Amino acid sequence: MTPKKIILGMGSCGLAAGASKIWDRLNALRQSGTIDCNISATGCIGMCYMEPLLEVVDEKGSVIYGKVDETRLDEIIESHILKGEILAHYVVKSTFMPASEDSFFTSQKRIVLRNCGQIDPENIDEYIQRGGYEALKHIARENVPPDSIIDEVIASGMRGRGGGGFPSGMKWRITRNSDSPLKYLVCNADEGDPGAFMDRSIIESDPHSVIEGMIIAAYAIGASVGVIYCRAEYPLAVKRLKGAIAQAGERGFLGCDIVGINNFCFSLEVKEGAGAFVCGEETALIASVEGRRGMPRRKPPFPSESGLWDGPTSINNVETFTNVPWIILNGSKAFSSIGTSGSKGTKVFALTGKVRRGGLAEVPMGITINEIINGPGGGIREGHKFKAVQLGGPSGGCLPASLGDVAIDYESLTSTGAIMGSGGMVVMDETTCMVDVARFFLDFTCHESCGKCTFCRLGTKRMLEILERICEGNGSEGDIELLEDLAHEIISSSLCGLGQTAPNPVLTTIRYFRDEYEAHIKEKRCPTGVCTKLLTYSILPDRCTGCTICARECPVSAISGEKKKTHFIDVNLCTRCGTCFIKCPFKAIERK
Amino acid sequence: MAPQSKNEHSQKVNQGLPDPGLINDLLEKSAGKKGSLIPILQGTQDVYGYLPANVLRVISDRTGYSVSTIYGVASFYSQFRFHPVGKYMVRVCHGTACHVQNANAIEQALQDELKIDDGCTTEDHLFTLETVACLGCCSLAPVMMIGEEAHGNLTPEAAVRIIRSIRRREGGAL
Repeated sequence: MTPKKIILGMGSCGLAAGASKIWDRLNALRQSGTIDCNISATGCIGMCYMEPLLEVVDEKGSVIYGKVDETRLDEIIESHILKGEILAHYVVKSTFMPASEDSFFTSQKRIVLRNCGQIDPENIDEYIQRGGYEALKHIARENVPPDSIIDEVIASGMRGRGGGGFPSGMKWRITRNSDSPLKYLVCNADEGDPGAFMDRSIIESDPHSVIEGMIIAAYAIGASVGVIYCRAEYPLAVKRLKGAIAQAGERGFLGCDIVGINNFCFSLEVKEGAGAFVCGEETALIASVEGRRGMPRRKPPFPSESGLWDGPTSINNVETFTNVPWIILNGSKAFSSIGTSGSKGTKVFALTGKVRRGGLAEVPMGITINEIINGPGGGIREGHKFKAVQLGGPSGGCLPASLGDVAIDYESLTSTGAIMGSGGMVVMDETTCMVDVARFFLDFTCHESCGKCTFCRLGTKRMLEILERICEGNGSEGDIELLEDLAHEIISSSLCGLGQTAPNPVLTTIRYFRDEYEAHIKEKRCPTGVCTKLLTYSILPDRCTGCTICARECPVSAISGEKKKTHFIDVNLCTRCGTCFIKCPFKAIERK
Repeated sequence: MAPQSKNEHSQKVNQGLPDPGLINDLLEKSAGKKGSLIPILQGTQDVYGYLPANVLRVISDRTGYSVSTIYGVASFYSQFRFHPVGKYMVRVCHGTACHVQNANAIEQALQDELKIDDGCTTEDHLFTLETVACLGCCSLAPVMMIGEEAHGNLTPEAAVRIIRSIRRREGGAL
């Protein structure tokens, strides 16, 4: 039985795990005649933790092998490709047999990720074969008027997936109702949250879904110019977008009289961001596209009324656009039947941190945090305990394990102090210090503040200084209250979302992990041992053999002792670098 | 891994002022286009590896933007640099997922190995070390990117090994 096709995962995650080596080897083997089958690439199926992933398709169906390095590849070729014997213990997913990672998919509902990992993202025909551009053709065939499309999207209940949660169809309606002859459509792919990679994966794996969603939106609002604002840090996403736009143009999906609709003209270009988190904010993004410093301005007027080049501009997120063709083809009822009363459809989460299975998971709205972590996430890594989960990046908050039963919907999450955000979900265990996490996010927002509003520019800096001194053991009574005061001032006195949400990680960690702050401030102790300045090192006399290794390795000569006798650390000289802890062969150094 | 061709010209820079003629095509293509300043700066950095001051003056003459406007825009965005960089750009991710998986240890190991601080370039102009907010490969944390190639699931030792293998390929001493 000869396999028909070999498909390799070539998203950023696959490439980072070494897929390009496997790709080269596969092609070399085909050229030398060892194997005789089609080799193609696909994007990210979501199982990033199992990359590189190799799919083998034959008459029986498909099997996907995980963690395919060169040795494993040779085994697969030897056994499956040449002899037709499946190596079941390496199979992570299959269309015809049970596999080790089936539980990754059980609680998922794939709308946005429908094609991710299923098609070659650089080949428009594979997208079309799976029903791609069908929604657009349906609109042309049935003569669906633009207003009906907007009605349908409003009826679906879809809210913006970029984090704000504003009903997408309402945005479109405002732009549509404007009299201006020239309207713009912008796709916000400036995914700047550290810990989030949903948009990158969607664009890399299925760029045409985003483009089709944009074309439908452009038709609905009457926009003739479209811009995709994508992070320059995502070179592969930019490349695939540009390639996909060129292909769509060749097939008549972009340009004039698109799919035969008279006078429907729409052009699309990619603008690369230049590395500024604040450009995720709509008005800052517009300034950046216009070639200026990406600083937000006052609203109103909202971009839907006056945006890019002062024209009415609808700005939506990558995931939002990807949902659109599905809603048109399946109807608003199918979409709104998924989720909760206020939050419809699905949400893609980037699961990372201390979970067993890190990757992309798309789940129906309304399932709980625990269900995501224990379902697709596979639970916490062995031997560790679930402590907290960070949602929504620097604008979001840290929720403790005790809130694991909170449902994923806009309102429930907001009531906890966190936000839905764009979908970053970083799971933390007992080895993560929550004060350090708050400091980490403040360091980020302080650096990314554009400087326009005083409270954001200086307030985040002052908050960061306080957090730094707490982490270094110099915190004092009243610091927590001072942080809270500053936080509320920054929230109420900042113009844009960056400042208004920057204190969230601090406020939520104070709310749920106040004891950790107090341990740092009052006892000068970091309960997790992360804040190195707060650690003390000492030598356990019953373990120390007097080998002198620590004394020789200590960069500041803080350790003394005679050969074969117990050594001592002078705490006044010790810089807490941890060298002795690492070097001691007898585990005789205690760190507290 | 292909070496970064875009930095080829940064080598010449030390011998004199960079040649502004290299961006003639870029300027012609962008002439009269609205909102083209950032793409021009990105294209310029692709050519020289950074934004040379004399070239920025030429951009000002040709586009009509004042030098201060151009500098204001360029200095706002973290992508732009005003100094030449090494042949290999080593970007260490400090996103949330990497942070909780101890990206600091990776950063420290690289600083020790290359004997440079964050944002600096090695004396032999081979490596520039830079920390970045997030590379979006969070499930493989901790991650670094060299040129356009990402390396995931790093340990400090693995990161140093990768640097050394590039050094060896480049014929440099360890």
